[in-house]
Amino acid sequence: MNNTIKFEIDGKIIEAEKGQTIVEAAQANGIYIPTLCNFSGVKPKGCCRMCTIKINNKFMTACTTPVADGMEVENNTEEITDIRKSIIELLFVSGNHFCPACEKSGNCELQALAYRYQMMVPRFPFLFPQKGVDASSPKIVKDQNRCISCKRCIKTIEDEKGRKYFAYKNRGNKLEVVLDEEMAKTMTDEIAQLAMENCPVGSILRKEIGYIQPIGTRKYDKKPIGSEIEV
Amino acid sequence: MKQKINQIISDYGADRNRLMDILLDIHDVQGYVDKEDIKLLSESLGISTAEVNETVSFYHFFSDKPRAKFNIYLNNGITAHMSGRQAVKEALEHACGINFGQVSDDGMFGLFDTSCIGMNDQDPAALINDVVFTHLTPYRVEKLISGLREGKELKEVIYESYGDGHNADPDVQSMVYNHIRKGSILLNKDYERFEVLKKELAKYSPQDVIQTIEDSNLRGRGGAGFPTGMKWRFGRLVDGEHRIIICNADEGEPGTFKDRVMLTEFPDLVFEGMVIAAYATGADIGLVYLRYEYKYLLKYLNKILAEMRKQNLLGKSINGVKDFNFDIRIQLGAGAYVCGEESALIESLEGKRGEPRDKPPFPVEKGYRELPTIVNNVETLASAVRILKNGAEWYSSFGTKDSTGTKLLSISGDCKFPGIYEVEWGTSITEVLEMCGADDVQAIQVGGPSGMLIGPRDFDNLTSSELMKWYKPSGMMVAEKFFDRKLSYSDLPTGGSMIIFNNDRELLRDVVMNFMDFFIEESCGSCSTCRNLPFIMKKKLEKILNGHGVRQDIDDLLSWGKTLKVSRCGLGQTAGNPILTSILNFRHLYEQHVQAMADYDNLFDITKSVEAANKFVGRKTEFHQSN
Repeated sequence: MNNTIKFEIDGKIIEAEKGQTIVEAAQANGIYIPTLCNFSGVKPKGCCRMCTIKINNKFMTACTTPVADGMEVENNTEEITDIRKSIIELLFVSGNHFCPACEKSGNCELQALAYRYQMMVPRFPFLFPQKGVDASSPKIVKDQNRCISCKRCIKTIEDEKGRKYFAYKNRGNKLEVVLDEEMAKTMTDEIAQLAMENCPVGSILRKEIGYIQPIGTRKYDKKPIGSEIEV
Repeated sequence: MKQKINQIISDYGADRNRLMDILLDIHDVQGYVDKEDIKLLSESLGISTAEVNETVSFYHFFSDKPRAKFNIYLNNGITAHMSGRQAVKEALEHACGINFGQVSDDGMFGLFDTSCIGMNDQDPAALINDVVFTHLTPYRVEKLISGLREGKELKEVIYESYGDGHNADPDVQSMVYNHIRKGSILLNKDYERFEVLKKELAKYSPQDVIQTIEDSNLRGRGGAGFPTGMKWRFGRLVDGEHRIIICNADEGEPGTFKDRVMLTEFPDLVFEGMVIAAYATGADIGLVYLRYEYKYLLKYLNKILAEMRKQNLLGKSINGVKDFNFDIRIQLGAGAYVCGEESALIESLEGKRGEPRDKPPFPVEKGYRELPTIVNNVETLASAVRILKNGAEWYSSFGTKDSTGTKLLSISGDCKFPGIYEVEWGTSITEVLEMCGADDVQAIQVGGPSGMLIGPRDFDNLTSSELMKWYKPSGMMVAEKFFDRKLSYSDLPTGGSMIIFNNDRELLRDVVMNFMDFFIEESCGSCSTCRNLPFIMKKKLEKILNGHGVRQDIDDLLSWGKTLKVSRCGLGQTAGNPILTSILNFRHLYEQHVQAMADYDNLFDITKSVEAANKFVGRKTEFHQSN
């Protein structure tokens, strides 16, 4: 059975395998579709809306939509670029992101996207919300100021019984990602490291170690995000 | 208590998917869930406490702090405000001796705001625990609270008579009124209970049933307008160990109360529709998702289900049809508007927070517990019974070509006769206004806050393509057509809510702000867009209303609204509609407020900024204002 299908992104015909999402297929073909909440290996949940594309004049998320034969995808259009930029700006104004003082600077995907989309001053007013920092775990600090509620830690950080370390709390603009009080106490160094690595921003940081990798040598210091994919 | 809670957990087989029921039962016996309970739940269900909390903290009627013996949830909808909510609120605060958001020291009373409870034609209304009190006045509040202080039961302080129709049924005993002003083919006393199930259904094959529904061109009545026959046909095709029929009775769109009336007067018709849908699609499990606000109907509805089981209209080999097994369970919600969205509803049914799912896959492919699931609105299911009884051709003789049959309208606000009107599709807004006695109309909100605000100049014909661009009820496919103002899927689609505002109403300050607060409160928060933008847009509107706006602010609102349209579900996509549609139709109201000559206003108010410091040192400072 032939599992290869063909579809278009911005007029370019590309081949993909059935069952792939648009993000995966695009990546395999050297086309970058920006993502934040998407995480390889776990079920996508279009939370951040960064990978918004247009199919048949309808907005869809590329991380959750499977490829289909003959599909025509709009990706790098003026309209979509502006929407993506506005989402980045929204995430900046709705939290308290002070890049120069952040441990994650240079490794932060939100910061990298802001550079890639050339964000200067957000179109929205800064909200400067009052948010807390949870330092109750001996291993990590969970800083709500920098959290973008992308769910990556919720989806990927579990114990051997499948219980989640992180979960959402509340709803609407009071939504937070919180760390389980009980499980925080017994968190291992390995789990703490993984949680920090899987966080796209600087909301989960390990305690007692920091700035091991010098600024200037970090992932997005030299090349913009996405350039590792683009051909 | 711990033993009791352990009992509740084991009653539901320690099933994580039944967390909603477990929490509802715990609230019934204890009023809230404390930290220890959450720990117990976590251990018994095999999930972390944070995950239990995820569900607890999502729903309005769940609490992790002690609430009162009598929790008073005063409707915060716009129609309540229009009918004297402020006076009632003050009376409640005075009588209970606390402010809203608080619980009294003796644990007797708790006062809370709550989003629309579906009583718009009898506001101000409140839920006290799960009992509905309508038409509240300061005097009644005083009597009610003093009655409760004297030790009376909730039912004893309903000093007035019970409502009309089945509201007076011994299993309901509610002071709610149906206010049926106009019936047609659904609200019709000629309905013979379960006649179709008993006499007609055996004559049809499941395919025939689907074909008849398709021929009738029945479309989803929740607002989205998806062809019902197509949904059923699709559901039948998808393989699954079980198939599920869900009746969506979570009507939460402010201004909508038609499902409440259907479930009060014709619950048998709705359940009969579910059995027919099950027959047609081969489903064996039926679920009704009933919003918590309608819990007062639960006992009554369960009684009807029990009768159906007795008559073999539910259960095994229904009415003698071999292998036709189907039963219905009612699941209560716990206060979340977004759960009216079908995939959020399914998440909630699985005991999780009501967060809409990404589509595809659609519920009909992978729904409740990954099984093929058909979700239909209360009114849709009821219509299906009438179609089978009288035929597709008969049904299509009502309404218009693309919108056949009738629609239940919930009409409230500034009119003489608020209530339920069953009208044929194609009825114009002007005709509706005549029926309900609205003669001083500034604006109408059609389709709830997520719909649009329209003004008199648009009532008869609308040639603006602009509006259709914005209008998008939850999950609907948008017809790329212009429309005039006739109620139909191609013209002016509606889930049935119409709120009328007269010329004395402050549309922006009172109505639009109220709707924005509603969306901010009810967003699930999952999408970055819907979590943040409505709040930012509301702040901008406040800036305009406070006299700090400039022309650019209006344009900003229009352009920012576009980003909301990439949200996952209908709530997010339409959360900017109160502002966007009011700019399109009432732009002059915005322009009255903005400074005509200024290009820029940074919102900095020096007097306000030094207010706290001045107060501290007891100084009164005056600044020379340049304007």
